[in-house]
Amino acid sequence: MKFDYVIVGNSAAAAGCIEGIREHDKKGSIAVISDEKYHIYSRPLISYLLKGDVSESRMQYRPADFYKVNGVETLLGKRAVSVDSKTKQVALESGEKVEYGKLLLATGSKPFVPPMDGLDSVQNRFSFMKLDDVKGIEKAVKKGAKVLIIGAGLIGLKAAEALEHYGCEMTVIDLADRILPSILDKQISEIMQRHIEAHGVKFLLNMSAKSFNKNTATLTNGEELQFDILITAVGVRPNTELAESAGGKVERGILTDKKQAVKGVKNIWAAGDCTVSEDITTGTSHIIAIMPNAYAQGLVAGHNMAGASDKFEQAFPMNAIGFFGLHIITAGAYTGDCYEEVDGENVKKLFSCNNKLCGFILMGEKIARAGIYTALIREQTDLTTVDYELLCRTPQLAAFAKEKRLDILSKGGGAA
Amino acid sequence: MKKVYVNEERCLGCHLCEYYCAFANSGEAEFYKAFKLGRSAVPRIKVEDGNGINFAVQCRHCDNPLCMKNCIAGAISKVDGVVRIDHEKCVGCYTCVLSCPYGCVAVGKDGHSAAKCELCTANGGIPQCVKGCINGAIVFEERGETA
Repeated sequence: MKFDYVIVGNSAAAAGCIEGIREHDKKGSIAVISDEKYHIYSRPLISYLLKGDVSESRMQYRPADFYKVNGVETLLGKRAVSVDSKTKQVALESGEKVEYGKLLLATGSKPFVPPMDGLDSVQNRFSFMKLDDVKGIEKAVKKGAKVLIIGAGLIGLKAAEALEHYGCEMTVIDLADRILPSILDKQISEIMQRHIEAHGVKFLLNMSAKSFNKNTATLTNGEELQFDILITAVGVRPNTELAESAGGKVERGILTDKKQAVKGVKNIWAAGDCTVSEDITTGTSHIIAIMPNAYAQGLVAGHNMAGASDKFEQAFPMNAIGFFGLHIITAGAYTGDCYEEVDGENVKKLFSCNNKLCGFILMGEKIARAGIYTALIREQTDLTTVDYELLCRTPQLAAFAKEKRLDILSKGGGAA
Repeated sequence: MKKVYVNEERCLGCHLCEYYCAFANSGEAEFYKAFKLGRSAVPRIKVEDGNGINFAVQCRHCDNPLCMKNCIAGAISKVDGVVRIDHEKCVGCYTCVLSCPYGCVAVGKDGHSAAKCELCTANGGIPQCVKGCINGAIVFEERGETA
């Protein structure tokens, strides 16, 4: 098998890459390899599927004719095990070889399960990242089941929200002193914790499981906890094995240049949760595992793979998510001067440094028009050129200089 | 393609366009029913009242729609120049609200899906905000932009 473009992975970065390639090259052959056997679907929607908010067909990330329309051959249910960058071949677990002209590694991440004594003796143990995880949980869950979730991050808490619909008795434990530590500060984390607790979820923080004996966990405080279902959602690790086998540079995640080309090898690009990005809000390089980032990187990679020239230079963390009806929108880094409004569950915190907005946390009714703040970060807007005081109170275009505002309103906006 | 444009010199800040927009997209047969009886239809156009100026703003149907690119559900697409939300697919995560640089995607009234201007393509094709503006402060016209 030989293709002009081969993509390993079948999620947001892959979609971006396919769409990016087709903007410039309508004819080149494209193959997508994935160990999952499904049509491209949205990973974050698995919690909505478990909850019953969407059906399997409605969680497809692109329409049913996506591969056909874009002339993509799919090699689904096949695991890529190594890449030989000299012969330009991807080796599959089945023994087949797929030859590529240009290769995208959009391999994502896998759940990290820390070593815990007796974990193997646990029945009904799941991660919560893929469609198959939901299918497993759906089979195992019974009304009123006792569920232990390890990890009070985005994944663990979305699982808790979905399982509330099964009337489960839920306990969430986390080593950290607060929930959602990756996106909330301590004060707002506590507000969200109270909101989630009101829905019957019990939290044990500063806590981890020492050991397991079948479906009984012994916690670090000595307490024993019985459960029917265990969900581990401690964290994720990037899938970097293919990049390493190809000779690409890997430091935690796959290293790429701004064009998403993998450092250290030729004809290989990478995008999404497996890669390291330079965060414009901190100046540091780290993995920014969010879908918008994955899609944008995939698109840039696709453009470059098809011979155009494009760069991705606007990486920063951003999240929009809700738990039990309370929504949060966050972005960037929480350092510098803070403008703050806290009114029950309606919260706004804006962080600025060196006359730039570097981050924000919005909750409840304060999420409206959040994108105006996001754009200030994305475009690194000099805050002395806008009415920042007005913007702090209410996100609005009126706070921009008339010229800029008229440009948006009269031309119709070409969002950068 | 024809788009909705605002003329801020004419806008009085009366917010009438918001009412017409919300009603047109409410599915209610009578105007008052969209707003009374415990209902609160959500406008997809927003009148800003800042610093002594008023103007209405709604989806610009961008050449590079960040709401669409960032949508985690693949629920937003651009068809014939109009950026649309597939409400069957939208799960109401509001990544589009996070993404739109102009603040033109609203939180839906049920709190479970997002709402934005689709140029009244589902309401007969004539933007009701434009039709309802008594000052000519919003117009629907061709300005030679690409779709």
